Amino acid sequence: MEEYKTLYLSEKDNVAVALSEIPANVSVAIRNNGKEIIVQVLEPIRFGHKFAVRLIKKSEDIKKYGEVIGAAVMDIEAGAHVHVHNLEGKRGRGDKIVN
Amino acid sequence: MSIIWKEKEEEVTKLLTENMQFYGYRRPDGRVGVRNHVLILPTITCATQTARRVTELVSGTVTFIHQHGCAQVGIDYDQTFRTYAGMGKNPNVYGVIVLGLGCETHQANRVATEIAKTNKPVEVVSIQDHGGTLQAIAETAKIAVKMVQDASIVKRELCDFSELIVGTECGGSDACSGLSANPAVGKASDLLVEQGGTAMLAETTELIGAEHLLATRAANDQVAIKAYQIIGAMENRSIQMGVDIRTGNPSPGNLEGGISSLEEKSLGAATKSGSSRLEEIVDYAEVPTKKGLVWMDTPGHDIEQLTGMVAGGAQIVLFTTGRGTPTGSPIAPVIKISTNTPMFERMIENMDLDAGSIVDGKESVDQVGNRILREIQHVANGKLTKAEILKQHDFGIWRIGPTF
Repeated sequence: MEEYKTLYLSEKDNVAVALSEIPANVSVAIRNNGKEIIVQVLEPIRFGHKFAVRLIKKSEDIKKYGEVIGAAVMDIEAGAHVHVHNLEGKRGRGDKIVN
Repeated sequence: MSIIWKEKEEEVTKLLTENMQFYGYRRPDGRVGVRNHVLILPTITCATQTARRVTELVSGTVTFIHQHGCAQVGIDYDQTFRTYAGMGKNPNVYGVIVLGLGCETHQANRVATEIAKTNKPVEVVSIQDHGGTLQAIAETAKIAVKMVQDASIVKRELCDFSELIVGTECGGSDACSGLSANPAVGKASDLLVEQGGTAMLAETTELIGAEHLLATRAANDQVAIKAYQIIGAMENRSIQMGVDIRTGNPSPGNLEGGISSLEEKSLGAATKSGSSRLEEIVDYAEVPTKKGLVWMDTPGHDIEQLTGMVAGGAQIVLFTTGRGTPTGSPIAPVIKISTNTPMFERMIENMDLDAGSIVDGKESVDQVGNRILREIQHVANGKLTKAEILKQHDFGIWRIGPTF
C-alpha cells in the first residue's frame, strides 16, 4: 500500500486532511494518538482538502480540530471529498433568515 | 545579545529564560520605535497626491494613499480620526507633517493637535492656505528636509522586548495555515508574552466559530463577555444584509486551498493567539492599556486589519499566508511567513520566513515559533522585511458608516 500523507487532528473529527495529492480508489491510513484507521478514498483529494473518515449523515455536524466547522448538506460516504458541495457553514448565515 | 541559532528543542527553554532585547528609538512619550520614519499624513483624499510627490522628493519620508477624510460623521468620523492620529503617534514615526486641503471634515490641525500630545515634532501644511499644489509641495518638502535630518541623529538604544507590540495576521489562507504558520506564530506570541511584550490578535470575522475557545482564556468575565459581543456584532452585519458570510469570507482562494467554511478558517486563524491568557479587547485603532495577549476588533480584510493594528501602536506585524500576498505598511515592518514551501519558493521576493517545514515534518511548531521570535529581534534591530524593500505601503481604514 502506497503511503499518502494525511492529518487526523482529533479523535472527535469525522474528516481528515490530505497532505499529499490522493488519487481515487486507494486505501489511506489516518492516525491519531497511536490509533490507525484505514479509509478507502473514493475520489481524488487535493493537497489541503478534506475527506470523510466515516459516514456523515445529512445535517450532522462536521468536525475538524475537534470543533464544529459546519454541517453536512447530504449524506457523505466514508472516503468522499468534503468541501463546499456537501458542507455548509452554520455561522454568519444572513441568507437563512426568513422575514 | 545574539545567540547562534541551533535547531534544538532546548533553544525554546533558553528563549524563555533569556531577557531578550533590541536596539530601538526611544520617543518623547517613552514608547519605543523600531523605525525612524518622517510621515507625511494627508487627512483627506484631495491631499494624498501632494503627499506622494513630497515622498518622491525627500528621502526618509513615507505616506499613504486613501479615499477618506471628508463628509464623515459620528462613530465613523471618530474611527477615521483615531486611525490617522494613531498612525502619527506610532513610535516608528519620528515626526509628522499633517497635510490638509483646508475644507475637509478631518481637519489637519485637529489631527496634528492629537499627535502632538506625544511631544514628537508635528507640523501642518494646508494646500488652500499655501496657494495650491506646487506651493504646498515646496512648503512640505522644506519642512520634511529638516525633519529627516533631525531624525537621522537619533541614536538607537537597548530596549526590552516588553516594549514591543507585535500584531498577528493571516491573509490568503490555505488549509496549511491552521497547521503550520498560524500555530508557529502562536508559539512566537506566547514567547513574546513570556518576555513581557504584547501580542495582538485581530480579524474578528475570522474568529467567528472559535470565540468559545478564546473566551475560556479571558483574564476576567468582562473580557469573556466582550469576546462574545464583538463576535455577535460582526456576525450580525451579515445577518442584517441577508447574505451568507461565505460569499465574501472565506475568499475564492481560501476555498481553492481546501477551506470549506468560515468556522474552519477561524479555528485555524485562532491558533495565532497561542495559549496565553487574553488580557484585553480593544476597539479598532485603539492602543492597548495592558501587556500580554490582546485582541483588537477588526474585520478580516487584510489591509484594514493591518492599518488598525499599526494605528493601535504595533511596531512590527507577523503575517502568515498560504496563497501568498505582498502586504506591507508604510510605518511598520511586516514579516511575511509562508504556510507551505512551494509558495515560499514561488514568491520568494515577498516572503521572509517559511513554516512549510512543519507540514513536511522537518521542523516542529516550537522550532519555527522560535525562529519567528529571532526574526522579530532582527527586524526590531533594523533588518528590512521584503515588504519594506518593495515599498508596499498599504493603508485602508475600516469604515463603519456611510459617506454623506
